[in-house]
Amino acid sequence: MTATVNTAAALALGDDALVLSHRLGEWAGHAPVLEEEVALANIALDLLGQARVLLSLVGDEDELAYLREERAFRNVQLVEQPNGDFAHTIARQLYFSTYQRLLYGRLAAAGEVGDLAGLAAKAVKEVAYHQDHAEQWTLRLGDGTPESHERMLRACTALWRFTGELFQPVDGLDVDWRELESDWLASVTAVLERATLPVPDGPRTGAWSAGAGRQGLHTESFGRMLAEMQHLHRSHPGASW
Amino acid sequence: MTAVTADTQEAYQAVFDAAVASDERIEPRDWMPEAYRATLVRQIAQHAHSEIIGMQPEANWITRAPSLRRKAILMAKVQDEAGHGLYLYSAAETLGTSRDELLDKLHAGRQKYSSIFNYPTLTWADVGAIGWLVDGAAITNQVPLCRCSYGPYARAMVRICKEESFHQRQGYESLLALSRGTPEQHAMAQDAVNRWWWPSLMMFGPPDDESSHSAQSMAWKIKRHSNDDLRQRFVDICVPQAEALGLTLPDPDLRWNEERGHYDFGPIDWTEFWDVLKGNGPCNEQRITQRRRAHEDGAWVRDAAAAYAAKHGEATA
Repeated sequence: MTATVNTAAALALGDDALVLSHRLGEWAGHAPVLEEEVALANIALDLLGQARVLLSLVGDEDELAYLREERAFRNVQLVEQPNGDFAHTIARQLYFSTYQRLLYGRLAAAGEVGDLAGLAAKAVKEVAYHQDHAEQWTLRLGDGTPESHERMLRACTALWRFTGELFQPVDGLDVDWRELESDWLASVTAVLERATLPVPDGPRTGAWSAGAGRQGLHTESFGRMLAEMQHLHRSHPGASW
Repeated sequence: MTAVTADTQEAYQAVFDAAVASDERIEPRDWMPEAYRATLVRQIAQHAHSEIIGMQPEANWITRAPSLRRKAILMAKVQDEAGHGLYLYSAAETLGTSRDELLDKLHAGRQKYSSIFNYPTLTWADVGAIGWLVDGAAITNQVPLCRCSYGPYARAMVRICKEESFHQRQGYESLLALSRGTPEQHAMAQDAVNRWWWPSLMMFGPPDDESSHSAQSMAWKIKRHSNDDLRQRFVDICVPQAEALGLTLPDPDLRWNEERGHYDFGPIDWTEFWDVLKGNGPCNEQRITQRRRAHEDGAWVRDAAAAYAAKHGEATA
C-alpha cells in the first residue's frame, strides 16, 4: 500500500539505485573483459529494477527520474562518483553493495514497512550477488599484480570519505544505524584484509559529505550526469516513449 | 601419431561428405577438411566480432534513453549482445581457436565485423530502427544457421535467434511509439528508417554472382540460402511492417510484383558497400579505436586476475 511507504525512504533508496545503475550503464562497450560487460550490465539492470519499484511507490517513475533538478535528488554522493578506472568502480561497488545488502537484509527481516519489505526481500538476493562480485574483484585487484594493488589502494582511499554518509539515518527507515555501520565496517575490513589492502585511515565524512546527498547537496559531476540522462526526455515535454 | 596416408584421408573425407549429405551434425572431435574448419572460424569470428562491436552504436544511447522502461530494455539488449559474443567465441574455441587470438585479429584489422555497425546512431529513433531493421535482417540471415552443419555453431544460433527475435520486436514497438507520437517523434522515426534501410539490405552481402564464399559454404551446408534469396525474403517481410508502422521505406521502385510473388526493389549502391567494407564508413575508425582502447585499458585487470589465479592455485578462466 502506497500509504505505508515513507516518501523520504523510497526516494533515498530509489535514487541510490537509479544513479548507480546509470553510472554502471556507462561501462557498456568499455569493460576490461567480455564477462564483465555481462556482469556490470546485470548489476545495472538489477539496480534499475529496484529504482523503478521504489520510485513508483511514491510517484511517476519517469517524472521523478527525468524532471527533478539536481538539488531534489536524495542519493548518497558515493553512488554518483564517476566510474574512474575499473578499480574505482569496484571500490564503489564494494562499499555500496555491502551497505545495501546489510540494509535490505534488515528491512526484509523487519517485515513491517509495507511495500519496502517486499522490495527488500527480493533485492537482498540480487545485492548478495553484487557484493560477491565486488568482493571477488577486490581480492583479485588487491592481491593481483603490483599495478592492480596500487590502483585498488588509490580507489579505496579516494572513495573512503564518501562512506560515512551511508549511515546517516533516513526518515522512515527503522534501522539501528550504528549497528549497521559497525557491521559494514567489519565486513569491508575483512574483505580488504584478505585482499592485502589496508583499511583507509582518512576521515569517512567531510564538511560536505556528512549526509549531504540525502539533503540534495551533490558533487559537481552529478549535474553533468543528470544533464545527459534527462536531456532527451526534457526536449520533448509530454511525449510518450 | 603416424602420418595420415592418402587412403585414410580419403576415407575420412568420405565419412564427412556422407554426414553433410545426410544432414548430420559435424561435432568438434569429428574429422573435417581444413578449409571447412577455416571457413567456420572466419564466419563465427566475424559474427562474434559483430556482436561486440554492435554493442557500441546502441550503448551510445543507454545514458540518454528517454524513459526508465526503454533504458532497461536497451541495457538488457546490449547485455544480450555481450552474451552472444561469449557463446560465439566459445563456439570458435571448439575449432581450436582461442578468444584472445580472435580478438587480436579484430584489433589488428585482420578480421571483419558486420559493416552495418560502421554507421552512426544519431537520434534515439536509431535504436528502434536498429532493432527493427538490423536485428530483423540478422534474424533472416541467422535462422537458417540454426540448421548449419557444424553442431556447436548451430546450437549457439538457436539461443541467439530467440533473443534476437525479442530485440526485433522491441525495436518495432519502440518505432511504433515514435511513429504514433508527436510530429517531432514521427519525423525522428522516419529519418532513422531512411538512413538504416539501405545499409540493412547490404547486410545480406554482395549479389550472389559476386559473393566469394557462397558456393562452397552452401555445399558444406554452413549456408543454406543465397544472399539474394535472403535479401528478398527480408524485403517481403518489411514492406507490410513499414505500412503498419505508418512509415515509408526510402525506395521509389518498391512495388509488389504479382508475377514473381515478391516485392521489386531499387538498385543497391554497392559502391557504398565496398567503400564501408574497406574502412571508409562513417564510424570504422571510431568503432575499432574504442574496442582497442577498452582492451588495452583492461589489460591490467586481466593480468591481475591471472596473477591472483596463479597465486591461489585456481585455473584461469
